[in-house]
Amino acid sequence: MDFLRPDSWADALAAKAEHPDAVPIAGGTDVMVELNFDRRRPAALLDLTRVDDLSQWYQQDGLVRLGAGVTFARLISELGDQLPGLAMASRTVGSPQIRNRGTVGGNLGTASPAGDAHPALLAAGAEVEVESVRGSRRMPVSDFYVGVKRNALEPDELIRAVWIAPATGPQQYSKIGTRNAMVIAVCAFGLALHPSRKTVGTGIGSAAPTPRVAAQAGTFAANALEEAGLWESRGELPPSLAQEFAEQVQAAASPIDDIRGSAAYRLLSLSVMARRCLVWAWTDYRKAA
Amino acid sequence: MRITTTVNGEQRQVDDVWEGESLLYVLRERMALPGSKNACEQGECGACTVYLDHVPVCACLVAAGQADGREIVTVEGLQVEGELHPVQRAFVEAGAVQCGFCTPGLVVATHDLLERSGQPSDPEIREALAGNLCRCTGYEKILDAVHLAADRLSTSEKQ
Repeated sequence: MDFLRPDSWADALAAKAEHPDAVPIAGGTDVMVELNFDRRRPAALLDLTRVDDLSQWYQQDGLVRLGAGVTFARLISELGDQLPGLAMASRTVGSPQIRNRGTVGGNLGTASPAGDAHPALLAAGAEVEVESVRGSRRMPVSDFYVGVKRNALEPDELIRAVWIAPATGPQQYSKIGTRNAMVIAVCAFGLALHPSRKTVGTGIGSAAPTPRVAAQAGTFAANALEEAGLWESRGELPPSLAQEFAEQVQAAASPIDDIRGSAAYRLLSLSVMARRCLVWAWTDYRKAA
Repeated sequence: MRITTTVNGEQRQVDDVWEGESLLYVLRERMALPGSKNACEQGECGACTVYLDHVPVCACLVAAGQADGREIVTVEGLQVEGELHPVQRAFVEAGAVQCGFCTPGLVVATHDLLERSGQPSDPEIREALAGNLCRCTGYEKILDAVHLAADRLSTSEKQ
């Protein structure tokens, strides 16, 4: 096995072009488990922890450009105000030790339907920036997930950054697991109110082959809020609106039975989480007036 | 491959490290530092918690090559001039050690917590130690130990 350790982004891209079968490793919280358990013997590991550029975040063009190697711990401590939904999701990741190493880029690379960051990225309408020696491209995060643990990366591409608009309204995140810490989601839900655009962003985790948005549910909620003049009045959220939203989120999911939970349980808990997230976010929106 | 690291303040160099092996394996099997324990090998139990560049991590999830050129402190490195660190002493005295397997990881995680928070509340302790599993104590004695260590450290700072 080769161990490639580029110390610049250009060198990392060159290494990936030369070794397309190299497995990128950042925090190691997924990759090392596979190695430790003999589930994977890649021809090479491509260590990205020495590429400084990946661990930076900054604002550009009104968006947060989040380097793929920024850890969940730093997201929580440095970006909780600008990216509240993603920070909430980050707080549910593993344990302090795991959050000190795990990265959003790693979540995207693994592309597990249960990855904690995905519902928040979807709800916020994030974009993923990927690059190879051939050039760079950006895509909506919803296009990045293409199958169970499969993403849209070409063999020579690496994930460079995620672009996310700072929150302009309340965001919420909810995750079901068997305990609070160290738990993979049975299912999860992320929600973002975008009052400036009068839209409602959604993200479903662990209840379909890929993380996915509940597009119809989001459109329904946004329209219903608009028709009732609630974006302006910040009036109370009608329970029937929250209930219908929850049912439409449920309809967007296609879960399976597995060791962590049954499909029926996932559908039920998803509707509860969707309703709660909308109520919590709307309560915050009313308070912010 | 060759790995050169600073471990507990000393420069250490090891050769013939397999590219896919973990920092934990290097520490235990190549550097004769068996304090960090090998249990789950998947970041669930925290028994292998060490400092990597001053940040607590699961050594089983760090690829050996990622530790090259970095600074590592293991539970063995917490002692002060041959004496147990106050956190270690508190674990012994509070009865927070039963089989002892989880203790090294808990000691490092507690050491980190008390570096950041002088008198943590019970919920803060539970959150900080959420990545360290103990199957013997039921955690109550561990919480006692953390409070005891916190009291002693804050008293010694005042003196």
